[in-house]
Amino acid sequence: MGKGKVWNSFEEAVAEIKDGDTLAVGGFGLCGIPEKSIAALVQRGTKDLTVVSNNCGVDDWGLGLLLANKQIKKMIASYVGENKIFEQQFLSGELEVELTPQGTLAERMRAGGAGIPGFYTATGVGTPIAEGKEVKVFDGKEYILEKGIVADFALVKAWKADKLGNLVFRKTSRNFNPLAAMAGKITIVEVEEIVEVGELDPDHIHTPGVFVQRVLLGGNYEKRIERLTVKKGDA
Amino acid sequence: MMADTRQRIVNRAVKEIQNGMNVNLGIGIPTLVANAIPTDYDVLLQSENGLLGIGPYPAEDAVDPDLINAGKETVTAVPGASFFDSAESFAMIRGGHIDLAILGGMEVSETGDLANWMIPGKMVKGMGGAMDLVVGAKRVVVVMEHVNKNGESKIKKQCELPLTGKGVVHRLITDLAVFDFTDEGMQLIELAEGVTLEEVKEKTAASFSVALTSFSKGLPPL
Repeated sequence: MGKGKVWNSFEEAVAEIKDGDTLAVGGFGLCGIPEKSIAALVQRGTKDLTVVSNNCGVDDWGLGLLLANKQIKKMIASYVGENKIFEQQFLSGELEVELTPQGTLAERMRAGGAGIPGFYTATGVGTPIAEGKEVKVFDGKEYILEKGIVADFALVKAWKADKLGNLVFRKTSRNFNPLAAMAGKITIVEVEEIVEVGELDPDHIHTPGVFVQRVLLGGNYEKRIERLTVKKGDA
Repeated sequence: MMADTRQRIVNRAVKEIQNGMNVNLGIGIPTLVANAIPTDYDVLLQSENGLLGIGPYPAEDAVDPDLINAGKETVTAVPGASFFDSAESFAMIRGGHIDLAILGGMEVSETGDLANWMIPGKMVKGMGGAMDLVVGAKRVVVVMEHVNKNGESKIKKQCELPLTGKGVVHRLITDLAVFDFTDEGMQLIELAEGVTLEEVKEKTAASFSVALTSFSKGLPPL
């Protein structure tokens, strides 16, 4: 039981992703990004993707690789300031962008995965992102309607999984990963270690395996650091 | 910005932090406030990406790429810290569980509107978590220079830049003065040392009333 969730080939795991699909991708900056699935998708060359992710990597790493390869049609993100290729493609009209406040983006992914098509939030009221959105007043205060996001596939990075796809994340590399896992119709998770069923303490599981369809073991994680900062005197 | 201008703002801003608070500090000047928090305070600093209890930067041999702050810098976690996903992080923020957010600003209006994420004509980078923080934190304090590089007031009757939030600022701290946004409008409550009311009036485009106390004028309390 559940053995079917462990896949050996990243190439095969991403092969069903079609041109034009929507992907929910975990990570914050370059922390906790699904390095191996992104690399496999770059190899495959799948195009016209709508990518839902907080950021879009840097020019030569993370989702920036898909961007450089012109595989992304639309980006739904909260902050994209680290990427020059992004700017070029956006200004030339090749790339469509939907900026979404970070908390709204996280909740949209969670809601989509939780079967909630929309929710009201005060975030963005009176700002450009409220334009065209339904406004509702609760207890005298204005809120705007935001929609849940369901993705065709989710690409997730966790620390450990068991063979049933139960996941444990490490430190701040958790970030958007559990939410991407919930939002994906098919969730592809890469991990640093796969353990036998029963080895993870059920009390310590962050994402239950029910949200996960494919688990792959990645190796030699690069885990690039965007801003290395150390204690004074150690620099 | 001059280092001493920045330090002056930091020194004033840190007084907003009370012992026991859960605080979110934005990127830029607000981040510098962390170093000025009294060491005997139990304050937990929140990072939007999923950490309550940010610690100092790590020693070189303790750098962990899985442990960063919202500015994507490598950090540590203090004893008592917790990690969580981004939805839970913003539940904390939007749900009013964070006592104080100290954020940078580009413009503030006399009604407490804040603009700090987008300059028309320049590439849009995105708002990150700023729009959530300004509506969700129990108290929002903005820190910024009083005037821009051309000497023009950054405190406007109305913001010209696209808003981050409408009527969201509780207090504004600049290198010249401190203002509160109340039901009675914008009030000047403090002048920085060596700064006159005339100078603040001259450099502020917004209308404000004056509600200085002897303490806030830099004199010892009565």
